[in-house]
Amino acid sequence: MGLMDILLIIIPSTLLWAAPLILTALGGIFSERSGVVNIGLEGLMVIGAFTAIVFNLSTVDTLGNMTPWVALLVAMAAGAVFSMLHAVASITFRADHTVSGVAINLLAVGVTLFLVKLIYDKGQTDIIQEGFSKIDIPVLSSIPVIGDLFFSNTYWTSYVAIIIAIIVWFVIYKTPFGLRLRSVGEHPMAADTMGINVTKMRYIGVILSGALGGLGGAVYAQSISSDFSHATISGQGFMALAAMIFGKWHPLGAMGAAIFFGFAQSLSIIGKSLPFLENIPNVYLLIAPYVLTILALTGFIGRADAPKASGTHYIKGSR
Amino acid sequence: MSNRTKNILVPVIAVLLGILVGTIIMVASGYDAAAGYTALWNGAFGDVYFTGEVIRQVTPYILAGLAVAFAFRTGLFNIGVEGQLIVGWLAAVWVGVSFDLPKVIHLPLAILAAAAAGALWAFIPGYLKAKFRVHEVIVTIMMNYVALHVTNNVIRTVLSEGKERSENIADTASLRSPFFEGLTEYSRLHWGIFIAVICAILMWFILEKTTKGFELRAVGFNEHASQYAGMNVKNNIILSMVISGTFAGLAGAMEGLGTFGYTAIKSGFTGVGFDGIAVALLGGNTAIGVVLAAFLFGSLKVGALNMPLEAGIPNELVDIIIALIIFFVASSYIIRWFIQRMSKKGVK
Repeated sequence: MGLMDILLIIIPSTLLWAAPLILTALGGIFSERSGVVNIGLEGLMVIGAFTAIVFNLSTVDTLGNMTPWVALLVAMAAGAVFSMLHAVASITFRADHTVSGVAINLLAVGVTLFLVKLIYDKGQTDIIQEGFSKIDIPVLSSIPVIGDLFFSNTYWTSYVAIIIAIIVWFVIYKTPFGLRLRSVGEHPMAADTMGINVTKMRYIGVILSGALGGLGGAVYAQSISSDFSHATISGQGFMALAAMIFGKWHPLGAMGAAIFFGFAQSLSIIGKSLPFLENIPNVYLLIAPYVLTILALTGFIGRADAPKASGTHYIKGSR
Repeated sequence: MSNRTKNILVPVIAVLLGILVGTIIMVASGYDAAAGYTALWNGAFGDVYFTGEVIRQVTPYILAGLAVAFAFRTGLFNIGVEGQLIVGWLAAVWVGVSFDLPKVIHLPLAILAAAAAGALWAFIPGYLKAKFRVHEVIVTIMMNYVALHVTNNVIRTVLSEGKERSENIADTASLRSPFFEGLTEYSRLHWGIFIAVICAILMWFILEKTTKGFELRAVGFNEHASQYAGMNVKNNIILSMVISGTFAGLAGAMEGLGTFGYTAIKSGFTGVGFDGIAVALLGGNTAIGVVLAAFLFGSLKVGALNMPLEAGIPNELVDIIIALIIFFVASSYIIRWFIQRMSKKGVK
């Protein structure tokens, strides 16, 4: 097997696994940049995956091959609505952000499995007929070498995720809204003094994270798992959280980290078919994202610091 | 109204609100709520077998709750109980299958191995927190997944030859109790409940009655003041995580040596560690509160299994209720504010 053949297997698979991680990690960035810790990303992905699959199954007859795309939008809305629970609890009711995030994760699994049993009378849904499938991107795929490697036999969703990452970078670093969002996460009192509505900005941050988390879950469900059960989302949300930290709370950094984690995940699945990897135990690839994140936090790979006010409540008038 | 009454009132209100919302969900989904709660009750206490299962479930819940609560009391948030539990489970079974010893040595050795494994798994985030100021929440989450994959690998390669589960542990390392089994019509109730209760008393004693416990709490309240008073902040942070991890590892021993008697490859988490967060929060992070909350959640979890059989209601309803209870306890600020308003009105 030549190098080219190996790359032809690895690159599309990496991008496939990376897409949901990129989207969800971007969601985490919106929330944490506004100062609200969101370990409920996993739960938001669960909601997104569930919504997308149920919507897909019930409307595929009328919407045809547009179904997965419409399902993405619906899942975004569902994630946004669900994340409002986290926003209300951790911003207005001053709940501990981490505890509220844990509750979000438990609640999402409970609610979705309850609904699956209510709607389908069994533990998991049917497999969707119309998901995202492999395509060759027009024009770009005819570029020699690069076209074959990056734009053939791949998924639209991977490119959507990368484009959204660039948009998020622009929004957070180049717009007044982004500056306000960041200032609320770094020093809410100073931001408040300058007339920025801290509570409103934080709500927006959390709701955007819900929308992107839902989108990430929907992409995962419709391109990788194709149905919904208790094991559909198992740790992707936390891996996205890891990507966000490893990327130092920067949209493009998080994208890079997510692509790297996607690479590790896809290697752990396709590794057996690659000549030089078949002797390396799977477990190293499986734990790589988590170990690397711990090392990054420790400062061995350049120190990662969270936004200063993340995890704290802003109470007007207190010092 | 005194603070003490309020501290008791908040969890009670949270539970009632959780059950209220659970009822609304059942009614809105077209289920018979009364039948649902009857089924839940019968599933937990309708039969001595079920009650045995409840206490069996309460055992790891107490220990996981103690692990979270101990860390909380000393200013740390240990989300890694799940991972520490898994490595404790593995260590206990590992000792249980590999040695041939008399029971008086084998069983304590297996339990100690679980405690040590849990402590070691918690030592890492504790050390990183003390030495590099890394937030323990993220590290413990990451350690959970490392634990899951590493233990699966050990089960596949060391404890078996490519199989899905280990062999059963030797009888000499087992916590199983023929006496309890006879008493409860062959439920899986085992001796572990005594270990759990002893640990609860131990936690109360360490935190409330010893100088070291005072130090640990002091560091949790205010690091700088503790440092100024001459306490070694770093060592206390590490010690606190290690004790918390010990409890979590013991919870794993309960599953490995008591309930199951073996360990198997897991596709996901057991959930006991995360439920431990709920137990600790509801119990107000006190030893007695944890025991009571573990009892509530244990009955809910076991009773829920009867809901689909007797009332046709998915047992996930109980997971929803538990999650809602966490929400309400976490949002205690608003409940307290509400109590304040109500009691003020009463005075007028």
